[in-house]
Amino acid sequence: MTVVTSGEDLAKKIAEAIPGSVISSDKTSVMVDAAKLAQVAEFLKNTPGLDFNYLNFATAVDYIDYFELVYRLLSMEHNHSLVLKTRCYDRENPTVPSIVSLWRGAYFQEREMFDMFGIKFEGHPDLRRLLTWEGFKGYPLRRDYL
Amino acid sequence: MPIKTEPFYLNLGPQHPSTHGVFRLRVELDGEVIVNVEPIIGYLHRGIEKLAETRTYTQVIPLTDRLDYVASMTNNLAYCLSVEKLAGIKVPERAEYLRVIFSELMRLANHFLAIGAFLNDCGALATPLIYMWREREKIVDLCEMTCGQRLLFNYMRVGGVSQDVPEEFMPALKKFVAEMPKFIGEYEQLIKQNEIFLARTKGVGILPKETAINIGASGPVLRGSGVNWDIRKKDPYSIYERFDFEVPTGEVGDCYDRFWVRLREMRQSVRILEQAIVQIPAKGPTWADVPQFFRPPAGEAYGHIEAPKGNLGFYVVSDGSIAPYRVHIFPPSLINVTALADMAIGWKVADLIIIFGSIDVVLGEIDR
Amino acid sequence: MTLLDQFQKMLMTAGLPDWAAYLVPALVGIILIIAVSLTLVIIFIWWERRLLGRFQLRLGPNRCGPEGILQPVATGLKLLLKEDIVPAKADKILHFLAPIVVFVPVLMIFAVVPVSEGAILANLNIGIVYVIAISSISTIGIFMAAWGSSNKFALISGMRTVAQMVSYELPVVLSIVGVGLVTGSFSMLSIVQAQSIPFILLMPLGGVIFFLGCLAEMNRSPFDLLEADSEIVAGYHTEYSGMKFAMFFMGEYGVALAYSAVIATLFLGGWSGPLLPPVIWFLIKVVLVFSFTVWMRATLPRLRVDQLMAFAWKGLLPMAVINLVIIAIEVLVVPASMLWLMVILNFAFAAVLVLLWSRLFTLGGGRVEV
Repeated sequence: MTVVTSGEDLAKKIAEAIPGSVISSDKTSVMVDAAKLAQVAEFLKNTPGLDFNYLNFATAVDYIDYFELVYRLLSMEHNHSLVLKTRCYDRENPTVPSIVSLWRGAYFQEREMFDMFGIKFEGHPDLRRLLTWEGFKGYPLRRDYL
Repeated sequence: MPIKTEPFYLNLGPQHPSTHGVFRLRVELDGEVIVNVEPIIGYLHRGIEKLAETRTYTQVIPLTDRLDYVASMTNNLAYCLSVEKLAGIKVPERAEYLRVIFSELMRLANHFLAIGAFLNDCGALATPLIYMWREREKIVDLCEMTCGQRLLFNYMRVGGVSQDVPEEFMPALKKFVAEMPKFIGEYEQLIKQNEIFLARTKGVGILPKETAINIGASGPVLRGSGVNWDIRKKDPYSIYERFDFEVPTGEVGDCYDRFWVRLREMRQSVRILEQAIVQIPAKGPTWADVPQFFRPPAGEAYGHIEAPKGNLGFYVVSDGSIAPYRVHIFPPSLINVTALADMAIGWKVADLIIIFGSIDVVLGEIDR
Repeated sequence: MTLLDQFQKMLMTAGLPDWAAYLVPALVGIILIIAVSLTLVIIFIWWERRLLGRFQLRLGPNRCGPEGILQPVATGLKLLLKEDIVPAKADKILHFLAPIVVFVPVLMIFAVVPVSEGAILANLNIGIVYVIAISSISTIGIFMAAWGSSNKFALISGMRTVAQMVSYELPVVLSIVGVGLVTGSFSMLSIVQAQSIPFILLMPLGGVIFFLGCLAEMNRSPFDLLEADSEIVAGYHTEYSGMKFAMFFMGEYGVALAYSAVIATLFLGGWSGPLLPPVIWFLIKVVLVFSFTVWMRATLPRLRVDQLMAFAWKGLLPMAVINLVIIAIEVLVVPASMLWLMVILNFAFAAVLVLLWSRLFTLGGGRVEV
């Protein structure tokens, strides 16, 4: 059974290692600061005992005041999971660090988030539109599109 | 004097007999050796995620059919599981068993098509494909008996299944399950030891274990590389804990291993079907009475299943109204395709087709 | 004395001038051959489609005419009526000439195929070497089609063509030399007359190598990478439509018919057989060989190009050379009355060689470090 790690315990660990990153946490998820996302992700991946080496999915939701990015991480060895969230309040030019260097599975998913929401990922090797054609204007999945 | 050569770009374009859909691969070739591969997708993008935001929860189910159109009931199941998690709805016993039966039937149908198309790409004209298709026809006939549709079933509902199976279903299913092991054995015998097939697939397109985990691959692609990760065992959903089955894994991660994993998975599916036929309660409700415009509490849920192609998940966010606020579909084929460049570089054009066929993608899922 | 020679003599005694007595039998022979071979090609197209359908658990075409016999005619009509598209950047002359260069040599092969006792158009004393030489011209035609189409898929196919055709000529020619040694001549009539035991029994390894080499020359599965449907769309004839495509199509079946006839002549005994008239026996043998190729097409997946080359150079060629040496020694040593000894020896050698090769030789190639 995949154990859902307690968000609160993990939040404490993350806050010790990288101070100032955790914004909030609840039973299943941890919300971190967007600027420190890459460091938190690296901490989660490389710490023995946590070992989150498998990225399950990465997506974004548009709550009109902010974009919320949701990542679900899994550890194959310990069979536990965690939901990592971050928020991006900038609507004109949202930018979030990329985690492609840690989990290559994010390569297409971050491109899709860029295509659908307009969120730019720093450090992504090839950030282009994925599902719509080149030259498409607008970001379809935003709430104010159509 | 060295001969000047330059690599040239070949478009395995959106229209190609073997790209399993409208998929474009921009290949950089040096003679016949592949130097770089770049997938370009989006030719089948229909905006399912955006459409789902303006439909009620039940109206989204036919949209999910069109994702993996080869095994459509599994998409329905994944979506219904997520919404049931969100709303806390409990599914009755008989419906759970029916769901398991149809999931495994869909797995069989998908693997028949996957293996048949894979062998077609290897060049064995269409003979294995038509043999596999004969079995798939039987499964599709069973489904037609139940819900009237042959390809896009729209059978699962939030809270159960849409209707009960007719009386002639169970005897037909028993007959099908009784003959299946013989057919699978026949295909194993015909294909497994074929010299040319072994020469084409053994050692070709190796995906190392570490890369597979890093990429987030799932399904037979991950298990072919030697990782024992099957969601039905590691994170069971529905009533899969009650069934006794094994999870086959490969060793090396080449095309042959992925094919061999799929073949053994078919046998395990038949095993599950045999157990489900025995355990299913003879009568019972097949749908928890969920109101037509039900409003789940505000929140989010992620439900995933072991679809035939991998880990298919739905992330559903609700804001308390009759339509979901956001539905995100997580397709296994998209993630598995990330590995294509790793697997294909250094091989030849003919191998590229085979490697791509062994990943088993369907464009409806990738493009949504 | 071939039948046409007798006809010529008859005309000369009837009083026609020399040149007319020479020309009339030639014309009659040519027209007969073209008509009969094209008709047979059409029948073979129908036969292949029905047989392939039966292998694939389905009926073949069975609507057009009784049991679908008019289906190839319908296909031909359809292809005639289609628009002839030439790509804008194609090399017009090459694109136009390629189907002709591919199709005509196929018809020319039939000039040396003996259908019955003495029924042959030209009893050349280099008979079988003529067949090989003429069929090589088709290779140039295929490459012209591939290059002139200005299509990258066709180009890949063209490169593969040259490699495949040239490589498989060698084992084929070496097997033919083996046949020539036992017969004492290359003329097709004498080869059939020398087959008291069919050569397939006398030199099984040579027969198998010749058959595989011919499959590769015909571009049929498992060596059909030139027009690999699932990889390079349609290979060298991607950009052809209408009657030009029909010429490629008929050329492919024509060469299958021609090579089946050649194999039946060289290895199965041509027209010889008890009871039935010789023409019927010949047709039966040709249909048998052709059905065998259709069977291989229906069941085997296809090889990759480097595996194909490895099979030709590392597999078939050494075996063909060793086979030739063994046959040469046997021709010297074994007296003509003890041919059965040769049969047994050759079968033993064939078994040993095949076992040895299957142990030692892998269809190598693999990943290239980029």
